Amino acid sequence: MHIGRRLFLKGTVALATLLTLPRALLAAVWPASAFGATDASNAMKELFGTDQTTDSGEITLGAPEIAENGAVVPISIKTSLKNVESVSIVVEKNPRPLAISFEIPPGTRPNVACRIKMGETSPVMAVVKTPEGLFSASKDVKVTIGGCGG
Amino acid sequence: MASKIKVKVKLEGDLAEVKSLMLHPMETGARKDPDTGQKIPAHHITDLTFLNNGEPVMVVRCSTAVAKDPYFSFSFGGAKAGDTLTVQWVDNLGQSDSLETVLS
Repeated sequence: MHIGRRLFLKGTVALATLLTLPRALLAAVWPASAFGATDASNAMKELFGTDQTTDSGEITLGAPEIAENGAVVPISIKTSLKNVESVSIVVEKNPRPLAISFEIPPGTRPNVACRIKMGETSPVMAVVKTPEGLFSASKDVKVTIGGCGG
Repeated sequence: MASKIKVKVKLEGDLAEVKSLMLHPMETGARKDPDTGQKIPAHHITDLTFLNNGEPVMVVRCSTAVAKDPYFSFSFGGAKAGDTLTVQWVDNLGQSDSLETVLS
């Protein structure tokens, strides 16, 4: 099959780049059991080993009060907590509550923004993992038209 | 094939503010095709990595609950003009895409 020189070269460069990733990241796999969990408590236990978090005023969670379109809900998370390892979003009422997880290397600010889908009105929780433990902040987001498609 | 990733980087001192948009259907697997009534299989980005000069500056693990055509923004330090930022993702069907840009 003729894949063409360009595609071959591109594939080689992509592979070379992937192979230069530090061991820890290459070895880390997509957390399937956490993303597959159908309730928030299990999702957190799968991802973090616990569902217990400490409420923190040092986390600023930006989320709309009312999301007109549940298919595109903008979320921003900022924190002044130190040595943040990861920032994750848990949408309690979604069919699979764990929506996303940002793994934060040292030197990267714990300050992220993304867009998620919400199936219905639900609390949205930002979970910040540091060596001190898990911290969280939560906001109720009303959804008028659900975005999960089911 | 041209990349379907767009990235904008604003450099202020050594802080790079990254905004990135990538085209991807992010199908949940729950949606039904209106014509056939069949469920459209899940098709979503699973892992997204941003590297600066080959060093990871952000790794994002995505579920089907990330919105279609994902948008992300974040900032990292230790950046300077001339650095190469690489954005690359893989999805649950084994597809992938990547883009490189030089910071200025």
